Amino acid sequence: MNFDFPDELKQLRDTAREFLVEHCPSTLTRKALESTDKVDRALWREIGEMGWLSAAIPEAYGGLGLGHLSVCVLAEEMGRAIAPLPYSSSVYMAAEALLLYGSEQQKHSYLPRLATGQAIGTLAFVETAGPSNPASFDTRFVDGRLTGTKVVVPDGDIADFAIVAVRSLEEGPSLCIADLGDAGVTRSIRPTIDPSRGHATIRFDRAPAEPLPTAKGATAFQHLIDRAAVMMAFEQLGVAMAALEMACDYARGRYAFGRPIGSFQAIKHKLVDVYISTELARSNCYWGAWALESGSSELAVAAAASRVAACDAGWTATRENIQTHGGMGFTWEMDCHLFYRRARLQALALGSAREWKRRLVGALCARESVATPADIAA
Amino acid sequence: MDFTDSPEEAEYRAKCRAFLDATLPRRRPGHVRGYRRGEDGPDVVPQAKAFQGKKFDAGFAGITWPKEWHGQGGTPIQQMIYDQEEANYDTTVNAIGLQLSICIPTICRWGTQEQRDRFAPRALRGEEVWCQFYSEPSGGSDLGSLRTRATRDGDEWVINGQKIWTSLAHEADWGVLIARSDFDKPKHEGLTFFYLSTKTPGVEIRQIKQMSGASHFNEVFFKDARIPDSQRLGPVDGGWKVAMSLLMGERYSMHDEFGPSFKELFSLARQLELNGRPAIEDGGVQDRLAEFYVKAQGLRFTRHRIMTSLARGEAPGPEASIGKLVAATKIQDAASYGLELLGAAGAEMGADMALEGIFEVSFLDSPAFRIAGGTDEILRNTIGERVLGLSPDLRADKGMPFKAIPVGSK
Ligand SMILES: Cc1cc2nc3c(=O)[nH]c(=O)nc-3n(C[C@H](O)[C@H](O)[C@H](O)COP(=O)(O)OP(=O)(O)OC[C@H]3O[C@@H](n4cnc5c(N)ncnc54)[C@H](O)[C@@H]3O)c2cc1C
Repeated sequence: MNFDFPDELKQLRDTAREFLVEHCPSTLTRKALESTDKVDRALWREIGEMGWLSAAIPEAYGGLGLGHLSVCVLAEEMGRAIAPLPYSSSVYMAAEALLLYGSEQQKHSYLPRLATGQAIGTLAFVETAGPSNPASFDTRFVDGRLTGTKVVVPDGDIADFAIVAVRSLEEGPSLCIADLGDAGVTRSIRPTIDPSRGHATIRFDRAPAEPLPTAKGATAFQHLIDRAAVMMAFEQLGVAMAALEMACDYARGRYAFGRPIGSFQAIKHKLVDVYISTELARSNCYWGAWALESGSSELAVAAAASRVAACDAGWTATRENIQTHGGMGFTWEMDCHLFYRRARLQALALGSAREWKRRLVGALCARESVATPADIAA
Repeated sequence: MDFTDSPEEAEYRAKCRAFLDATLPRRRPGHVRGYRRGEDGPDVVPQAKAFQGKKFDAGFAGITWPKEWHGQGGTPIQQMIYDQEEANYDTTVNAIGLQLSICIPTICRWGTQEQRDRFAPRALRGEEVWCQFYSEPSGGSDLGSLRTRATRDGDEWVINGQKIWTSLAHEADWGVLIARSDFDKPKHEGLTFFYLSTKTPGVEIRQIKQMSGASHFNEVFFKDARIPDSQRLGPVDGGWKVAMSLLMGERYSMHDEFGPSFKELFSLARQLELNGRPAIEDGGVQDRLAEFYVKAQGLRFTRHRIMTSLARGEAPGPEASIGKLVAATKIQDAASYGLELLGAAGAEMGADMALEGIFEVSFLDSPAFRIAGGTDEILRNTIGERVLGLSPDLRADKGMPFKAIPVGSK
C-alpha cells in the first residue's frame, strides 16, 4: 500500500508552491481580470522552462517524461494560485489529446512547442447549453475542412491551435486539430463569470484541419475528457484548499462580540464541513490520479468521482469563504471572488457536476457486469 | 502510487482471510446480524465472546499491543488489514469492541504488570467483558461535569452516584469508572479514575430501552459501592488525564459503522422500478447515488491514505479525524434514502424486505452513531480547533470550583 505521491513529486509541489507565491500572486490574477491582456507570456515561458508544461510529455517529444502524477501535483498548485494561465487548456486538454490520439508527425510538430510554452493549445467542444453529446455535435470535418461554431473555448482568445471535437461519422475521427491563425477561423472574445481567463467563441468556416488519426468515435472524446477531468479535479482541489485557508485565517483574526469569529460554532462547524469536503475530494482525486497514471479500467468511474467531489469542495469552500468574510467578502478588493469565480469556471469547464454524477452511475452500472459487487463499494 | 500490498502485507492478509474463511460466514449486502443490526438477542454477546476466543487463538487479538499487554507485538498496518478483512464477514464481535479499544488499554497503560496479567488475557480471549462508566445524567459531551462522588475511606474509596448510557454493563464483568474526588477544585482537576467489578455490592444496573427497541445500554447506580485503592489508576485527582489518554487516542476504524451504504442503495435502485423503468435509470436517483458513492469512496481512500502513513511508520495526518463524523451521517442518510426509494412499502419491517430489511432497521438505529463516542457537534469542535486552528468555545465555567458550576438539565 502506497497511496501517496512519491517524495520527488512532493518536492516538486513545494518548489511549485514557492515559485507561484512569488511569481504568480493574486495581483496577477486580478490584473488579468481587469484587462484584456490575459496571459503573462514571460511567466508562461518561464513555467515552460521549468518543465511544468511538459511534465507528462515523453522525452521523444521534448518533454520531461515524468508522467501524469506530476501534472496532478502541478495542477493543484496552479489552482491554489488561481493562476491566470492557460495551463488546463494546453496541458490537460491539448497536449493530452495529442498524446492519446496524435500521429507521430503531429506529436513532433506540436508537442515540443507546447512543452516550451511557445505555443498555447486548447480544446474546443462546447456548442450549446446542456451536456455535450459528441453524437450531436454540429461541427463537421469533411474533406480536410472544419465547419461549425464552438463556444466558451477556454483561452480561445490566445490559443495558437485547438483540438476540435466534431461529430464522428461512422467511427470516423471525433477530434481534429486546427491552427487558429488560419483563414476560415474567426474568434470573438466573450465575457465570462471569470474574466481572469480568456474565453472565445470560435467559428470555423471550411477551416483547414487534420484529424487526430486514432480518435475514433465518441468514446475517444469521452476518454480524453475523463483524463482531463482528473487533472482538473486537482486544480479544483487547489482552489478549494486556498479558499479554506483564507477563510480560516480570517476566522482566526476577525473579532466580533469580543471573540474571534472562528470561536462561533456557526463559523467553526461550517469550516469543518468545508474541510471534510476537501479531504473527501482529495481522497477521490488520489484515486483518480492512480487510475490516470496506471491506465486502469477504473478511470471512467474514478475520474467522475474525482470530478464530482472536487466540484463540491470548490463550491462549498469558495462560497463559505465569502460568507466568513462578511461584507468585506463581497468587495471587488478582497480576493474571495477570484476563488469563487475560478471554482465555478472549473466546475463548468468539462461539463457540470450534474452531468458527471449521471456518467458516474452509468459507468458503475456498465462496470458491474464485469466486476463483482464486492469491488464496487467502499 | 499503488494499492498493492507489500509481500509481507499480502502474506498477512492471506492469513487473516484464511482464518476468517474458516471461522465466519461472508457478509452479503444488507446482511448484518445482531448487535450490528441494532438488535438484541440472547446469542449476540455469547457469539461475540466465542469468536473473540478464536481470534485470540489465531493471533488476531491485540495485534498492535506489546507483549507485556499480552498482545501480538504487531504493527498498525496489520491491524488495519485485519479490520478491513473482518468487515467482510458476519460477526457480532463488535458488541464487545469497547474493552479492547478503551478499557483494557487504559488498565495496561496506567496499571501494574500484575494488573495487565490479570485482565488483558481474559479480555483478549473474550472470557471477560468490560464496560465504560463515563457518561452521567449531568452530561456526556461535557464529561468533566460528572458528579458521581468518590470518597476516600482508609484503603478504600466509597462511590455514590449514577452513570448512564453504559453500553453492555448488564453483560459486563468489569468497568472503568471516572468519579469526582474533590468538588472544590475546578472541574477537570478533581476527578479520579478506577476500575471495579460490576458485581461489587452497591452497584445496581438497569437496562434502558433504546428508541430502536433494543436495550444495549444501561443506567447504573452506585450506593456506597467500595473499591480498594489498588483499583485506582493514575493519581488521586488526576483521573481526567487518564480518561483523555485513550479517548483522545485517535482510532482509525478501517470500516464504516454498520448500516446501509452505497452498495445497498445501488442494489436497491437496480431492483426497484420507477415509472416503469429501473430506478437506477432515473436522473434524480442517479444524482443521489453518485453523492453517496463519492462519500463512500472518499472515506475508503482516506483510509488508504491513513494506511500509507502507518505503513511508513508515520502518524496519520489530520484527515484521520473525519471518518466517524462523515460515516455516521452517511448511514443515517442512506437509511433514509433507502426508505424513500422503497416508498410506501418501506414502512414495513422484516428480514423479507429488500436487502434483508436493513433500511428500516438502520433508520431506527443510526441516530446512535451521531451521538455515541462523541457527538457530531463535539467532533466538529475538535476538528475546528485542532486541525483548522480556530479558537475554542468560550467556557462559562472556566476556573470555577466545580460545586459552583450549573450542570445537567435545569
Ligand atoms: C448508543 C450509545 C452508547 C453509549 N455508550 C456509552 C458507554 O458505554 N459509556 C459511556 O460512558 N457513555 C456512553 N454513551 C454516552 C455518550 O457518550 C453521550 O451520550 C454523548 O457523549 C453525549 O452526551 P449527552 O448524552 O449527555 O448529551 P449532551 O452532552 O447533553 O448533548 C446534547 C446535545 O448538545 C450538544 N452539545 C453539547 N455540548 C456542546 C458543545 N460544546 N458545542 C455544541 N454542541 C454541544 C451535543 O452535541 C448534543 O447534540 C453512549 C451513547 C449512545 C447513544
